[in-house]
Amino acid sequence: MAEIRNDNFTINFGPQHPAAHGVLRLILDMSGEVIDRADPHIGLLHRGTEKLIEYKTYMQAVPYFDRLDYVSPMNQEHCFSLAVEKLLGITPPIRAQYIRVMFCEITRILNHILNITAYALDVGAMTPILWGFEVRERGMELYEQASGARLHANYVRPGGVALDLPPGFIERTAIWCDEVSNFIVDMERILTGNRIFRQRTVDIGVITADEALDWGFTGPCLRASGLAWDLRKAQPYEVYADLDFDIPIGKNGDCFDRYLVRVEEMRQSVKLVRQCLQKMPDGPVKVDNHKIVPPPRALMKQSMEALIHHFKLFTEGYHVPEGETYTAVETPKGEFAVYLIADGTNRPYRCHIRAPGFAHLQAMDKLSRGHMLADITAIIGSLDIVFGEIDR
Amino acid sequence: MTDELAETRRAAHHELADHIEALAGDHCSRIEMLCDELVVTVPAENIVQMLMFLRDDGACLFKQLVDICGVDWPEREKRFDVVYNLLSLRHNLRVRLKVEVAEDGAVPSVVDVFSAAGWFERETYDMYGVRFDGHPDLRRLLTDYGFEGYPLRKDFPLTGFVEVRYDDTQKRVVYEPVKLVQEFRNFDAMSPWQGPDLVRVREALPGDEKAEKKG
Repeated sequence: MAEIRNDNFTINFGPQHPAAHGVLRLILDMSGEVIDRADPHIGLLHRGTEKLIEYKTYMQAVPYFDRLDYVSPMNQEHCFSLAVEKLLGITPPIRAQYIRVMFCEITRILNHILNITAYALDVGAMTPILWGFEVRERGMELYEQASGARLHANYVRPGGVALDLPPGFIERTAIWCDEVSNFIVDMERILTGNRIFRQRTVDIGVITADEALDWGFTGPCLRASGLAWDLRKAQPYEVYADLDFDIPIGKNGDCFDRYLVRVEEMRQSVKLVRQCLQKMPDGPVKVDNHKIVPPPRALMKQSMEALIHHFKLFTEGYHVPEGETYTAVETPKGEFAVYLIADGTNRPYRCHIRAPGFAHLQAMDKLSRGHMLADITAIIGSLDIVFGEIDR
Repeated sequence: MTDELAETRRAAHHELADHIEALAGDHCSRIEMLCDELVVTVPAENIVQMLMFLRDDGACLFKQLVDICGVDWPEREKRFDVVYNLLSLRHNLRVRLKVEVAEDGAVPSVVDVFSAAGWFERETYDMYGVRFDGHPDLRRLLTDYGFEGYPLRKDFPLTGFVEVRYDDTQKRVVYEPVKLVQEFRNFDAMSPWQGPDLVRVREALPGDEKAEKKG
C-alpha cells in the first residue's frame, strides 16, 4: 500500500475565535505548521452603513460613525463632521476645536490601551488587560460626563460639539492623564523587556516601508516600518498645528515595533490632552447658525423662531450644497476618510468610508506567509483589527 | 486648518494640476479642482498608464493608493464612476482619479500597480457589479456567501430582497423574501418653499393650480 502523506491541509480559523478580534474567518493553507497562504473572509459584520447613510439626513448619519470602529468612536464622528463642514463652508469655534482634539486624543489612548493589552493577552500575558481595563473604564467615564454615553457618544457634530463640557471636567481629565502615565510605565515594565513577549513578536510579520506603502498601510503600522507620516503633522486639521507633539517611528516594521510605536503614541497623546486642557479658551462650542446646529433648549421656550429651527432641523435636517470631498483624519488605526458626495438635498448622495483596518487586513497573506500557525494571533493583534470598520 | 496652510496646499495642488496637464494631458479627459481637491477624469483604457505615471513621476510620487470606491449615477449613459484616491507622502499631495464605466463595461485592474487595489476592487465589484479585467481573484468580499444583486446601486432597495432566520423545525438558517410589517417610508424632504427645483415640487402639490389661476 502506498504511503499517504498529509503534510498539506487547510485550517478554518474563526469566525468565532478569541484571538480573531471579532468575526474574522481565515482560511489557512498549511504545510505542516507553516502557513502557505492565508485568505481572510470578511463581511460577517457587514451592516450596509454606506447604504443606510444615503437614506438618512446628515445629522442622523453621525451615530453610524460611532458604530464603525467602536473602539475609537469620536475620531470617526470627527472625520464625518469635518467633511460636512467643508462642504457647508463653516468652521467651528476655537473652543469646539480644542474639545474635539482633546477627545480625539483621549480616544487614541483608549484605543491603544485596548489594542496593546488584548494583543499581550493573545500572545500569553494576562495581567496588562486587567490593569488596562481599569484605566480605560475611567477614560470612558470622561466620555460619559461629556456626552452621556460611554461608547457611542454622538458628541462631535457638524458645526461643533453637542454640548459644552460639564463643570470640573478639566480637573478630572488632568487626574486621569496622570493615571494613564503611571499605567504606561507599569505596562512597559511587564511587557517591553519581557522575554516571552519579545520571542512572540520580534521579527514576526515584518513589512518594509516600500511594501507598507504598496499595501496602503497608514497610521502606526506604517510608522513602525520607519516612515514618519502622520496626518496630524502633514496636513494639520483643527488646532493640531498649534500643539507640540512628536511622531514616534519604528525601525524593523515587525509586530514588536508596532507595539512600541503605539506605546509612545499614548505618551504623546497624554501630552496633547494636557496641552488642550491648558490652552482651551472659553466661548461657544457650536457655530452661531441655527440653520445647522439646534438652538439651546431654553431659547426654544421663548422664541418662536428657535422652535421652528429646532423642528426643521430634526425633521428635515439641513441641505448641503452640491460638491464632493475626500476628507481624511488620523484615527488611532491610521488614515480614516470619508468620501462624501452631496447633491444639494438633505441627504448624502454617496458616503464612502475608507477604513484603515481594511487595507491592513488585506496584507494578512503577505505578512503571515512562511510563519508558524501560532504567529497568526500575534500578527492580527499587532494590526489592530476591529471589524466594525472593516466590514462597515 | 490655518488659512496660510490651506493657501499653500491649494497652490501646490494647482501646480500639480498644471504638471499633469503638461505631461499626461492626452491621457486624461478632464482635470479640475473641486472643493480645493484635484480631480482627474481618465478614460478606462488609460487608467493603468495614468496610475503608473502618477506613481513614478518625480513631481508626483503617489506611492500610496489609499482607496478605490464606486459611485452610481443611474441616469447617466456610463452609469458608474470608479474613484481612485492617491496620496503622495513625499510631496504631501492628494489626487483623485475618476473612471466612468457602463453597466456592461469593465475597467482594467490595477493590482499590478498597487497591491492594495486587490480588496478595494473586490469591494467595488461586490457593491456595484463593476468588473475589473485582469483581477487575479474577483470574488465577492463583504456580502453573504451566495448573495445576489449589487447592494449599493441606487435601484437596490434599502431593505434588500431576502431576510434570514433560524428555522427551529428544519434546524438550519433559511432565506425568505423580506416581509415588512410597515411599508418602507422614504420621505421627500425637499421642502416646497425652499427646494431648488421649486416648480417641480409645486406642480406636485394638489390644489396649487387654483392659486395660480387666481393670480
